[in-house]
Amino acid sequence: MPFEAVILWTDALVYVLIACVVVSAIYVRRHEHLREPWRRVGRSASGMVGLVVLTVFVIIGVLDSLHFRARLATGDPRGSVAYAVEITSVLDRLLRQLKVQSEKTYSAPLAYQLYSRETIDLPDARQSREYPRLRYGGAHLKKPDQERNSDLARRTIAGAALGLVFWLVIGTLVCAGIARTSGEGIDRAWRGVLHGETSWPWRAILVALGALLLTACIAYVLAGRYHVLGTNKVGQDVLYQALKSIRTALVIGTLTTLVMLPFAVLLGIAAGYFKGWVDDVIQYIYTTLNSIPSVLLIAAAVLLVQVYMDTHPSLFPTAVERADRRLLMLCAILGVTNWTGLCRLLRGETLKIRELDYMQAAQAFGVSHMRIILRHILPNVMHIVLIAVVMEFSSLVLAEVVLSYVGVGVDPSMMSFGTMINAARLEMAREPIVWWSLAAAFGFMFALVLAANLFADAVRDAFDPRVAMTKPLRLRVVKPRAAGATP
Amino acid sequence: MIAYIVRRVCYAIPILIGVNVLTFWLFFVVNTPEDMARMQLGTKRVTPEAIERWKVEHGYDKPLIWNNHASGIASVTATVFYEKSVRLFAFDFGNADDGRDIAHEISTRMGPSLALAVPVFIIGLAVNITFALLMAFFRATYLDFWGVVLCVGMMSISGLFYIIGGQYLVSKLLHLVPISGFAGGTDMFKFVILPVTIGVIGGIGAGSRWYRTLFLEEIGKDYVRTARAKGLRESTVLFGHVLKNGMIPILTGAVVVIPSLFLGSLVMESFFGIPGLGSYTIDAIQAQDFAVVRSMVFLGAVLYIVGLLLTDISYTLVDPRVRLS
Repeated sequence: MPFEAVILWTDALVYVLIACVVVSAIYVRRHEHLREPWRRVGRSASGMVGLVVLTVFVIIGVLDSLHFRARLATGDPRGSVAYAVEITSVLDRLLRQLKVQSEKTYSAPLAYQLYSRETIDLPDARQSREYPRLRYGGAHLKKPDQERNSDLARRTIAGAALGLVFWLVIGTLVCAGIARTSGEGIDRAWRGVLHGETSWPWRAILVALGALLLTACIAYVLAGRYHVLGTNKVGQDVLYQALKSIRTALVIGTLTTLVMLPFAVLLGIAAGYFKGWVDDVIQYIYTTLNSIPSVLLIAAAVLLVQVYMDTHPSLFPTAVERADRRLLMLCAILGVTNWTGLCRLLRGETLKIRELDYMQAAQAFGVSHMRIILRHILPNVMHIVLIAVVMEFSSLVLAEVVLSYVGVGVDPSMMSFGTMINAARLEMAREPIVWWSLAAAFGFMFALVLAANLFADAVRDAFDPRVAMTKPLRLRVVKPRAAGATP
Repeated sequence: MIAYIVRRVCYAIPILIGVNVLTFWLFFVVNTPEDMARMQLGTKRVTPEAIERWKVEHGYDKPLIWNNHASGIASVTATVFYEKSVRLFAFDFGNADDGRDIAHEISTRMGPSLALAVPVFIIGLAVNITFALLMAFFRATYLDFWGVVLCVGMMSISGLFYIIGGQYLVSKLLHLVPISGFAGGTDMFKFVILPVTIGVIGGIGAGSRWYRTLFLEEIGKDYVRTARAKGLRESTVLFGHVLKNGMIPILTGAVVVIPSLFLGSLVMESFFGIPGLGSYTIDAIQAQDFAVVRSMVFLGAVLYIVGLLLTDISYTLVDPRVRLS
C-alpha cells in the first residue's frame, strides 16, 4: 500500500456522526410523516442556499478528516516498508502546492513581491533596499510590473470560463431531471427554473452553486501561480490556512452536540417523566452547572486538561495527535457545559406530553416506562432536539474564536479561525497594515455561520409548531402578481 | 413575599455548595497542587524542594480534606478545602498566586467593569426593543423582510470583527477616540464610548430578531384582535397592548443578567485595555492563576443565583397573574 491510514479520535467520531446522519436520513425517507417537514425545509429558498454552501464546507471538512501517513521511498530491495512520521490528510494532498510553496514573510494577495523592503547585496558590492520578488507568487512573470495585470485578467477569465462550464453542465442535468419527471421539454424546464416556478427552489440553488463554482474555479486557476489571499508572517499561504480551519470549526460545531445530546435527552426526559426526586436531582445538577459562568467553567476545565497533557507528554507522541486530543477535550468540555439549555426545554415539553390522554392510556395498559419513553415521548420531542442542534452549531463556531482568544481554545499548532485571528489581530496596528489574514478568517467564518443560520432558520420554521403562530401574518412579499386584483 | 425570598435563599445554599465542591474537585483533586506548582515553576528541571517551597508559600501544603496530624476541629479547618474553598462563603478570597489580595482587586476593578457593562446593557435593550417594534409594526413588508435579513447577517458576524473593525475605523483611521485605555472622571467618556457602541451593535442582530418573534407572537393573540375590533389605532394597539405584554418575557430574560454585569465582558475589556474584572479574569486564565479563577467562578455563581431570584421577583412585579408560592 502506498500509504497507511491513520484514524485520529476526532476522525473516528466524525465518521460515526456521518453514519448517524445517513442512517437517520434513510429512516426519514421511509416514514411519510417525517418526510413532510423536511420537504418544507427543501422548499425554503434561503434554507437550500444555506445547505448548498454548508455542503461545500462539509466536503472540505471530510476530505480533511481522512488522515494517512505517506510511504517513504526507502530504496531497500528487500521491500521493507517505512511510513512518514507526519500525518497528512487527503485535503493536504490536494493542496500540496499551497502547503509547500511558502514565502519568507508577509505578502499581499496576488502579489509578486514581499510586503516589506529588504536589503539586497548588488553585484558591485553596493547595497540597495527594495521589495524582493516572491519565491513562488508570480514567479513565472518576466517583467512583473507590466505583465501582472494582464496575466491576472487572463487567468481570471479562464477560471470563470471553467466555472461556467461546470455550472452549465450541472444546470443542464438539473433541467433534464425536471423535464423527465414533469414530462415536458427541456426548454420549458429551463424557463421554469429561470422564473422560479419550480416546486423546489432550483433557481436559488443554481445561483448559489454558480457563485460558489465561479469563486472556486477562479481561485483554483490563480492559486497555481499566486497566493490568492496572500501569505502570513511566516510566509504560509493564507488560503491554505483558511481551508484547513474549516475542519476545526465543523468538528467543534458538530461533535460538541454529539457529547451534549445524551446528557440533555436522557436527563431532560427523565426529569419530566419521573418527576419527584429524580426531577429535583436533575434540576439541581443543571442549576449548579448553569450558575458557573460558562467561559470560566470552560477555561478551568481546559486549563486542567492542559496541565494533564504537560505532565503526561508520553501519552501524545506526535504534535498532531496532541492537538487532536485537545480538540476532542474541548468538544467534550463544551458539550458538558452546554447541555443545560436543551435539557430544560426537554423537561418542560415532557411534563406537558405526559399529561396527554394517549400517555395515560399507555400507562393504563401497563406499558413499561422504558417503552413509553422510547415510543411515545422521544419521537414527540425530537423536533426540539433537532432545532437545538442546528441552532447551536453557528454559536459554537463563533464561540471557538472567542475561546482561542482567551487562550483556552484549540491547540495553538492547530489551524482554526480562532488561532488565525489571534495571530493576526496585532497586524492591524502594524504600519502598513496587514489585513488579509483577518479578512480571510472573518470572511470564511461569515460564510459558514451565515449558511448555518439560514439552514437552521429553515429547519426551525419547518419543525417548530410555534412558528405557525407568527407565520400567517407574513404576507408573500416576493411576488406581487395580479396587479389589478382588488380585495 | 418575604417567606418566599427566604426560602429561595435557602435553596441557593446547596447550589453554592455544589459549585464549591465542583471547583474544589476540579482544581485540587483532578489536578493536584504538585501539578500546579510544576506549572507555575516551569515543567522541566524543577526540584522537589522548589515545589514544596511553592506550596508552603501559597498555602497548598496542607492535606486536602482531612488533617490527620491535627486534633479536634483543626483536623477539618487546617486543610486546603477549608482554607481555600469554605472561606469563599464569607467572601474571603485570599491572595492570588502572585501574592495580591483578590478582594481588593475585585473592589477596585468593579467600577470600570460597570462603566462599560451597564451602558451596553441599557442602551442595547432600548435599541433592540425599538428595532423589534419597528419590524413588528411594518410586519410583512419589505422593511420587515430586509430588517430580518440584516439581523441574520449581523448575527453571523463574529463579535471580534466588530471590535477589531471598530478600533481600526474609529481610532486608527478617523482618530476620534483613543484605541484603548481607561481613565476616571469625565475622561472616562472618551474611553468608554467606542466599546459601548460596539457592544450595542454586536448585540443588535440576535436581540432584535428574538424580540421581534416575541412581539409577533403577542400580536397573534386574541386580545389584540379584540383591541383592533374595538377600533383602536394600530399604534395604540402596538404600544399600549403588545409592547406591555411583550415586555414580560423580555424583562424577565434581561433581569437574570443584571447581577452578572459586575463580572464585565472578557473580550471587550481586554481589547480596549479597560482594567475591569473581565480583563482581570482573562489575565488570570492566561497566567494560569487558579486562585483568581476559583474566586471568579464562585462570585459568578453567587451573582447568577441572585439574578434568578430577581427574575422570580420581577415576574410578580410586571405580571400580576403570577403569584409566588
